[in-house]
Amino acid sequence: MRPLALVLKQPSVLPGFGLTLGFALFYFSLIVLIPLSGLVVKTTTLTWEQFWHTVTEPRALASYQLTFGASFLGALINGFFGSVVAWVLVRYRFPGRSIVDALVDLPFALPTAVAGITLTAIYSSNGWIGHYLEPLGIQVAFTPLGVLVALTFIGLPFVVRTVQPVLQDLDMEVEEAATTLGANRWQTFRAVIVPELWPALLTGMAMAFARSVGEYGSVIFIAGNMPLKSEITPLLIMTKLEQYDYAGATALGVVMLVVSFILALMINLIQWWSSRRHTAR
Amino acid sequence: MSIQVDHVTKRFGSFTVLNDVSLHAQAGELIALLGPSGCGKTTLLRILAGLERPDQGRILLHGIEVTDQRITDRRVGFVFQHYALFRHMTVTENVAFGLSVLPQAQRPSPDKIQKKVDELLSLVQMRAMADRYPNQLSGGQRQRVALARALAVEPKLLLLDEPFGALDAKVRKELRRWLRRLHDELHITSILVTHDQEEALEAADRIVVLNQGHIEQTGTPEEVYENPATPFVYQFLGDVNVFHGRMSQDRPAHEEASRQEPDASGEHEVTFVRPHDLELSLSRTTPTQLEATVRFVITAGSRVRLELVSKDSPQIISVELTKDRYRELKLQQDDVVFVHPKQLHVFKMPCP
Amino acid sequence: MSAETVARVRNDEWKASLTSERAVVRWALIVAALGYLTLFLFIPLAAVFTEALKNGVESYFASFADPDALAAIRLTFIAASLAVPLNLMFGIAAAWAIAKFEFVGKQILITLIDIPLAVSPVISGLIYVLLFGAQGWVGPWLAEHDIKIIFALPGIVLATTFVTVPFIARELIPLMQSQGREEEEAALTLGASGWQTFTRVTLPNIKWSLLYGVILCNARAMGEFGAVSVVSGHIRGLTNTLPLHVEILYNEYNAVGAFAVASLLTLLAIVTLIAKTMIERKTASSRTAHDPVWSAQPGSPS
Repeated sequence: MRPLALVLKQPSVLPGFGLTLGFALFYFSLIVLIPLSGLVVKTTTLTWEQFWHTVTEPRALASYQLTFGASFLGALINGFFGSVVAWVLVRYRFPGRSIVDALVDLPFALPTAVAGITLTAIYSSNGWIGHYLEPLGIQVAFTPLGVLVALTFIGLPFVVRTVQPVLQDLDMEVEEAATTLGANRWQTFRAVIVPELWPALLTGMAMAFARSVGEYGSVIFIAGNMPLKSEITPLLIMTKLEQYDYAGATALGVVMLVVSFILALMINLIQWWSSRRHTAR
Repeated sequence: MSIQVDHVTKRFGSFTVLNDVSLHAQAGELIALLGPSGCGKTTLLRILAGLERPDQGRILLHGIEVTDQRITDRRVGFVFQHYALFRHMTVTENVAFGLSVLPQAQRPSPDKIQKKVDELLSLVQMRAMADRYPNQLSGGQRQRVALARALAVEPKLLLLDEPFGALDAKVRKELRRWLRRLHDELHITSILVTHDQEEALEAADRIVVLNQGHIEQTGTPEEVYENPATPFVYQFLGDVNVFHGRMSQDRPAHEEASRQEPDASGEHEVTFVRPHDLELSLSRTTPTQLEATVRFVITAGSRVRLELVSKDSPQIISVELTKDRYRELKLQQDDVVFVHPKQLHVFKMPCP
Repeated sequence: MSAETVARVRNDEWKASLTSERAVVRWALIVAALGYLTLFLFIPLAAVFTEALKNGVESYFASFADPDALAAIRLTFIAASLAVPLNLMFGIAAAWAIAKFEFVGKQILITLIDIPLAVSPVISGLIYVLLFGAQGWVGPWLAEHDIKIIFALPGIVLATTFVTVPFIARELIPLMQSQGREEEEAALTLGASGWQTFTRVTLPNIKWSLLYGVILCNARAMGEFGAVSVVSGHIRGLTNTLPLHVEILYNEYNAVGAFAVASLLTLLAIVTLIAKTMIERKTASSRTAHDPVWSAQPGSPS
């Protein structure tokens, strides 16, 4: 492990650097990096026309629209309500608060297939909520609306969990100062609290969005899965695989991978930007 | 165990933290490494412990070169600034740790270990807290446990890295006296790193003053305070008034200052006077006195501090008087006084 | 109430009113939050169990006696019991390297570790099909040697491992970074070896987060659907994990059976949440107590 020692900025007294970093890199490359790069390499076996044709055919475009559209809307809904939930959990006391707080992570811990069948059962026309909505002409299950519901469920914890710690760390004194200077509650909220929350809120929404875009299990039961209408991109990839259209699956896979990376990069940037704002003070 | 540091240099990236530093400590001495933040004192201490390696130079403990010796072999006791107590172990377990990790052949029996721990805890007066956890102790108590822990392995050398830095003033004072008494009892060669000059002056047998990676002066507290070798040492070890030009007991200083020309080497002379070495009188008794007006008087505290403004320049002069002397003079704001140094030091400094 | 108490309560209320909303606003917010949570959390949670018990308790337990269900349970356990220990070793190794040393590219490594979280589960399965499938890179070689990875247990284990790689590392890294190196350095000065330092100083300090990381990793491993769906081939009794079994039952209109199996997975999720809450309480209480790491300011009260 001598070469690894070159990476160290300062020779260290603590043992185990070469061993641990070496193993970690080896394992990670084997399980994650090499298979992922396999995807990218496979794409190069396609010609540019093949690639372009696959990723821009009408069915694919429709799936992007649904996937990204619903994910975006879901992130917005979660952005708003998630902040409300975070506020209520941090600022107010009510019976059962700690149970509710723990349950917020449920969509994160629950297997996606379970979420999928449950949401479908609830929103189908004879389901708990579905049978109220049907007479009103609103159909949720097997429509794009169902996709939105599922993605909102999936994204729920992200905003709450990124905004909560920021709210908890807010200094009461700053709010008191604003009040002593004559600001009313709404003004204080806008001028003092919102600027602190912005970066966390953006991060949470971006994370919810990123998770929703790739979501499969919770969506495919409640979506209609009809091509061009209610088919999400991951399902399209799955379908192509089942038809042994590896090239097509790969092409779409690369698109999704690139989007994932861009989103992950954006999230990192938001976090870096917000930490700079704070240290500059 | 004597210590020899031979021309040690250490760099972090492009920054040279220690520059050709050499020093010698006799067995049984308590040496203070004194200096401002960033002067390299902690780095030197860590090199002695084996937590860092020097880029150049050698370290000899009791005549034996240990520069390449692994830290676990050095038998050096190290007390960290933030204690580094093992947070999930009780006080007893913390102190016993060094003994419990000895190789089978050397490890004492559990009874012997417990006995040793009890002895040490009594020594540091923490016996009653033996079963507590670190987060149940105050900072001063934690530091005493850290010291006991370091002493448990019977080190030949004790290194303390700003051990009282994270405590408040009163506790700091108590602990530094207590450490001195402990050292007098145990006689282990000890090196104490601090940025607090009061601490160094009170506790150490010898002081090594460091600045920007090199040693400014080494000597007993007396020597370093009364005969500082450089302006830095002078200024670091207490308050100081700086007068440009050579002020002397028999020549008016202000006249000299205004006519001061830098000499051939681009340096001029600067006079340093401690506030308590300035004498005040209400009327001019000699032509060499400096005329000044009283601007502030602070009577709270064990001595009286005055801030004066010199007549011929905007210079502020700090003066410290005993309460008796102050009462004799009955000084108030805007009074005119005449200033005269009882003792001064003149240094050559580069022109600003 | 004495006059004193009345005065004190009034004072507290007045102080609170300085930095809190009017009662109307407060209640509106609580109602909105709880309404949203009821819709998206409580109802689905309740629905799992009500649907599972629709045909009565006997029918519920009968769903697990089915041989395909038992095979699915076995397969899920095997996959998890392989994926979790592997990721545990990775998590500890990565966290040690990242938290205790400064090296070039550290931040890149930290970002890389999050990749499996960002990638869609379908992609996570796809990449292994491309590698080991019949038309994949290594496919023909595997067929020659009669080794099955895709549509067999190894593929499932690989996909499960991929998806859950980050979990333990992500729990350990921030914790170990905030704990610093001082305790380990102290142990070394006292003569401990590297291994002694790790087992007696580092491990006890991270044990709760480690435990939670393992529980979370396990829950996600057992519940993984998308990635496993791609590599498994859905062969009943052979390559179906619990989540896949849920899908099969549901598609056969055996809703009760599907929900029965789903309820098992839901209980696992709830156990995970309980573990998280308990562990958060433990780490929070040891943090708020006087800890020099959190209150290290020169001159602060001892």
